[in-house]
Amino acid sequence: MAQHLKSSSKSILLNILRHNIGFSSPSHASRHLRHNLPHGPLSTRLAPNLITRYCNTMVDTLSSIGSHEDTNSQVMDFPGGKVAFTPEIHFISESNEERVPCYRVLDDNGQQLTNSQFVPVSKEIAVKMYSDMVTLQMMDNIFYEAQRQGRLSFYATAFGEEAINIASAAALSPDDVIFPQYREPGVLLWRGFTLQEFANQCFGNKSDYGKGRQMPVHYGSNKLNYFTVSATIATQLPNAVGAAYSLKMDGKDACAVTFFGDGGSSEGDFHAALNFAAVMEAPVLFICRNNGWAISTPTSDQFRSDGVVVKGRAYGIRSIRVDGNDALAMYSAVHEAREMAIRERRPILIEALTYRVGHHSTSDDSTRYRSADEIEWWNKARNPLSRFRTWVESNGWWSDETESDLRSRIKKEMLEAIRVAEKTEKPNLNHMFSDVYDVPPLNLREQELLVRQAIKSHPLDYPSDVPL
Amino acid sequence: MWGILRRSAVDGGGFSASSLRRTRFSLVSARSYAAGSKEMTVRDALNSAIDEEMSADPKVFVMGEEVGQYQGAYKITKGLLEKYGPERVYDTPITEAGFTGIGVGAAYAGLKPVVEFMTFNFSMQAIDHIINSAAKSNYMSAGQINVPIAFRGPNGAAAGVGAQHSQCYAAWYASVPGLKVLAPYSAEDARGLLKAAIRDPDPVVFLENELLYGESFPISEEALDSSFCLPIGKAKIEREGKDVTITTFSKMVGFALKAAEKLAEEGIGAEVINLRSIRPLDRATINASVRKTSRLVTVEEGFPQHGVCAEICASVVEESFSYLDAPVARIAGADVPMPYAANLERLALPQVEDIVRAAKRACYRSK
Repeated sequence: MAQHLKSSSKSILLNILRHNIGFSSPSHASRHLRHNLPHGPLSTRLAPNLITRYCNTMVDTLSSIGSHEDTNSQVMDFPGGKVAFTPEIHFISESNEERVPCYRVLDDNGQQLTNSQFVPVSKEIAVKMYSDMVTLQMMDNIFYEAQRQGRLSFYATAFGEEAINIASAAALSPDDVIFPQYREPGVLLWRGFTLQEFANQCFGNKSDYGKGRQMPVHYGSNKLNYFTVSATIATQLPNAVGAAYSLKMDGKDACAVTFFGDGGSSEGDFHAALNFAAVMEAPVLFICRNNGWAISTPTSDQFRSDGVVVKGRAYGIRSIRVDGNDALAMYSAVHEAREMAIRERRPILIEALTYRVGHHSTSDDSTRYRSADEIEWWNKARNPLSRFRTWVESNGWWSDETESDLRSRIKKEMLEAIRVAEKTEKPNLNHMFSDVYDVPPLNLREQELLVRQAIKSHPLDYPSDVPL
Repeated sequence: MWGILRRSAVDGGGFSASSLRRTRFSLVSARSYAAGSKEMTVRDALNSAIDEEMSADPKVFVMGEEVGQYQGAYKITKGLLEKYGPERVYDTPITEAGFTGIGVGAAYAGLKPVVEFMTFNFSMQAIDHIINSAAKSNYMSAGQINVPIAFRGPNGAAAGVGAQHSQCYAAWYASVPGLKVLAPYSAEDARGLLKAAIRDPDPVVFLENELLYGESFPISEEALDSSFCLPIGKAKIEREGKDVTITTFSKMVGFALKAAEKLAEEGIGAEVINLRSIRPLDRATINASVRKTSRLVTVEEGFPQHGVCAEICASVVEESFSYLDAPVARIAGADVPMPYAANLERLALPQVEDIVRAAKRACYRSK
């Protein structure tokens, strides 16, 4: 088979290589084998893929051609393409002089910057965005308090990251598949998950879509295209790439979107996923919430690079750094990234700079490793809600009255949701054994029978509030 | 298709030098089937199974290192790239964690990946995805996420590949709820079980054996049909007997059958059970056999502590204690990382003589 290729595809390969000579801009060079090949439906792209794939093994046999043409020039073929030589010994610096600039639209006070570029947002979207940010913040507050009162076993807030949560969700379509870490309930909220549904999962009751199987904040909804939270860090990144590949194979107008924190970028899965997504040309958005802290580990102890945005280039991925506390900037960045990902079938990396105002979770007291002043400053002076509110109000779309109406309505809804969720029965005993497999196997059916028999013979040893 | 599938054991290729020193097992009992029946190597059986499933369902795709252009590290996926193209036969970068996670993600979104590990030793770099992202997902998501993925590759000892390439993972994976674990022996097992694994809506770990790839087995017309499928969770009684039950899986089935021949010469009738399915374990068949013979010898290649044999022993003691006439014997690999030197390797793995001796001890014919 290799023989067949050498003779018949050699001329095609030579043509492609000839186009390589004379490219000076890096973006062209990176597409050296693809630029004159059609981007069409999958069936027409199969043949070009085959040629690309076999290309590297043929460079060796054709390298003699290269050296005849280039005996006196400073360019030579190595596997991977042509590189220019240099007689100077020069190490690329570990970091640029200047850090990658951060894209923002609103200043700290919520005033639109004069020459800002952004995707316009309608009144309806803007008002929903702001309302959902308020709802998210209030929901977090009330659930956090409930945990402190002993009514919930655990909770994790998203304080300070409301703009990332809501604005990114607003810029996506309902068909885009979300692979969250655990600090993105706002995306579910935007898509229509109700406060009652959140409460049901946190209380692990009969109405919980998770059937009481997981800790609070491990939400999931098939209907809303939001994959159930799995607490292992960064494992959702390669999963998202796989799902993106599936969307590409099906030719869908949708992408996969995955969220992770600054800490998650240290995991092996991050590197495997980014590298792979670039090679696979998968339409996936990698959104990093760089909030400065991974539990108690500050970013200075997490990595020595200029944040996460610079890592994209290492894998051949287009990247952007955004002010994560600026709702308009987040919206625009995600909007543009999504277009590129789907249209050009490529991964995009977005680093959203923000600050984790809350503790890592209710099991953490962050004042033990950072100053209360620092937390206060970010909460007050750099608050994403107040910045966006100023902008929305400046358009005449919001007022103090609408604010207080919203807040009192949400508070009532939340307290009612908790009241109902607390009272609702826990899941039925048979749910201990269902969903382990598609169809319960014999050993599990037997175990369930044994448990039921044991409960029957020793009723006092078993909790009375677990429905059988 | 038959033209490219038939291949002798020698040019099967693959990485290990063992292909030159491979001993051919003479499967006397298997070959006593009707003359004129077709034969098929395990390699061809696996290849044809994947080919047919890919042909029947466009959602099935293969991914792994060297599966495409190289035709598979052990040539199991030979010819598939040519037939189905690079989008369905995907050569991955070297990252087990990466491609396993990606395979699971693709399964979440509705595709049916067949992920190849060059050996299951390398699956340890991806084990978090197999267990936490695949096995537990259906349960944790309460049925919202199902993962119709199959993980396959050679498992256990080969010949002269040392400690990091010889471990058996049957016990590790079979302890996880949410996974199904299969271990074929013959070509029929390979075809039927791999098809079942690919069609199954749950994640399945499919443990092959490198030394069996080149082995030929007779295969029935029924097994050659493209709709052929074996049930998961059913063991096969390879040889009937009334004196002692020998349970085992994968390559050890061949050894057990040879041991049974030797035992028959001494008047001991051994019943050889090919487990086929490690999880779910066919406890019914095992216990029924023990209740018939009253003696049990369990055999596996892997490390002895917390192994498959331990589970079978516990199951039999729990359910058939009063039927046992002798203590249960476990024959397993030595409790050491696999040595490389050929003489040490032979001593570290169960041999036919070990099985024979254990069976005779169970029958109180020797110490």
